[in-house]
Amino acid sequence: MIRLEKRPQPSRAWSLATPLVAVLATMLFGGVLFAVLGKDPVEAIRTIFWEPLFGEFAFYYRPQLLVKGAPLVLIAIGLSLGFRAGIWNIGAEGQYIIGALTGAGVGLAFYPMEAFYIFPLMVLAGALGGWAWAMIPAILKTRFGTNEILVSLMLVYVAEQLLASMSLGLLKNPEGFGFPGSRNLQQYDSAHNAELIAGTGMHWGVVAALIAVIFAYVLLNRHMLGFQIRLTGEAPRAAKFAGVNPPRLILFCLGISGALAGLAGLFEVAGPAGQVSIDFNVGYGFTAIIVAFLGRLHPVGILLAGGLMALTYIGGDIAQGNLGLPAAAIQVFQGMLLFFLLALDLLTNYRIAIGKPEAA
Amino acid sequence: MDLSAINPVLLVASLMVAATPILLAAIGELVVEKAGVLNLGVEGMMIVGAIAGFATAVETGSPLFGFLISAFAGAALSLLFVIMTQVALANQVASGLALTLFGLGLSALMGQSYVGIKPPQLGQIHLPVLSDLPVVGQILFSHDIILYFGIALTAAVWAVLKYTRVGLILRAVGENHDAAHALGYKVVRIRILAILFGGACAGLGGAYISLIRVPQWTEGMTAGVGWIALALVVFASWKPWRALLGAYLFGGVTVVQLNLQAAGVAIPVEYLAMSPYLITILVLVMLSADKSSAPAALGRIFHASR
Repeated sequence: MIRLEKRPQPSRAWSLATPLVAVLATMLFGGVLFAVLGKDPVEAIRTIFWEPLFGEFAFYYRPQLLVKGAPLVLIAIGLSLGFRAGIWNIGAEGQYIIGALTGAGVGLAFYPMEAFYIFPLMVLAGALGGWAWAMIPAILKTRFGTNEILVSLMLVYVAEQLLASMSLGLLKNPEGFGFPGSRNLQQYDSAHNAELIAGTGMHWGVVAALIAVIFAYVLLNRHMLGFQIRLTGEAPRAAKFAGVNPPRLILFCLGISGALAGLAGLFEVAGPAGQVSIDFNVGYGFTAIIVAFLGRLHPVGILLAGGLMALTYIGGDIAQGNLGLPAAAIQVFQGMLLFFLLALDLLTNYRIAIGKPEAA
Repeated sequence: MDLSAINPVLLVASLMVAATPILLAAIGELVVEKAGVLNLGVEGMMIVGAIAGFATAVETGSPLFGFLISAFAGAALSLLFVIMTQVALANQVASGLALTLFGLGLSALMGQSYVGIKPPQLGQIHLPVLSDLPVVGQILFSHDIILYFGIALTAAVWAVLKYTRVGLILRAVGENHDAAHALGYKVVRIRILAILFGGACAGLGGAYISLIRVPQWTEGMTAGVGWIALALVVFASWKPWRALLGAYLFGGVTVVQLNLQAAGVAIPVEYLAMSPYLITILVLVMLSADKSSAPAALGRIFHASR
């Protein structure tokens, strides 16, 4: 008979191999899904994973990889810190929206003045907005013991309503002929998060994402707080004896993930998106959860995972245009990836043994 | 603003309709959590149930058959959660999230050709004398059969948990799975059944939204009802009747804010639409001080090492 034996230590080899195996398994089952939808599976997989990188129009798609990957990495880095400590912020989508609103709000308040300090102020406002939105579940948890999963998620719906209200009201473009949505920040030089090197897709959000990766790596490996985060996740009781202050950890983890999500929102609204509009958010906050797990909650892993996820977004768009693959199919594909990843994690912590257990 | 346009009798009657999907999902999740499993995939199972039930009802013309299929669809999706958490021993929080993300995508994929279609209607019951009573008849005795099923299910779950051996075993597994295992109960098997039950209930709740409450199919139409149902289980302190009470409270908030929107109150529509979510948070804050009634083994992974 087949049974599971707990490994004394998590297997390092499997820990590195599971994301790769999960991606392969997802390709396989995703191919089956595409075949069921009546598309050529090989062609679909090739379109998603090959076309954006090496296809005919790769010069156009490659910069998109940075544009789509940056917010995912930025948010996922923040989430991974909390996830490691068992603090579940799943409302990053809401913090992303609020960061975009506060950041864009500050920028629009200065319109049409041109000054060098406007964009830095917007960045600050975006981070603060996301931070403040994440502080709501954090303080409710430390004060009243309220479940942060439910509160942070409820706040996503609240933020979506706020976004609708703002793009129809306060932040609406007064010269927009009554259409919903704010002024376009791309046409406002001081507030525009422009490409740093033209044609590369490299904007301030990409820089921020790279800094966040380095920051998280140093924090987790070289800093007391990072040690406490890891300890709390792996051995909560030991953490208590080691003098970890749980409320402080909750405030820190939720705060930092909120601030990073807010930043991602600001960079998006001031750059690629350009304006606050009702359908401004596209689910980066939720996809970032997949990115965080795919990267095994490790900063470098998240960087790679963010790139891969961005690839599926772009490839999905191409497949939608070329093959008529529905947009939802890519969503299913991404969900599948998370499933395989979590399920295969079994092999990291357990060994599959065949035969009868020895008498204990 | 014209508040006199709001008819109190219709308001209460529609409150019960608005509460039913939340109630169905919450009762299912309550049983799951009583068995010590935290399934955060309620939203995903609901929306898959919503489209499965809707599509079946449209294709076959039978809403009741649609409901049946929605329960199967919800249970089928929860089977994924079973494989993740009971076989592969994955983290329950992460697996639940995965289920929701996957379910939202899957439902959008399944529902593509059903946007903008009207489903066949499930008739309201008509009891000879009772339904004709002036006010009470319209509020209590003129609904569809699923609404009554929801209330009956609440009673059944309450009775089973409180008075039967099955209920006792289920609670034992949820309180201390090691002790239950030592006593010879099949912890994993009991939990699998509980999860499947929860999935079926969530599927039914989803179909109630797409077939009766709205009735239409739009992408992401459950709009957080699954998450509210999860909050409701906490609110109810894992007690079925309090879940019913809570569902009516949330149903009430939803219906009142919709009526206020229609009546043209001076508050902007967006702020009214926020209210159910804000009230959920408020209620969670008020009730989360007392965690004593939570099943002790909730969310913990069980692995029989010996």
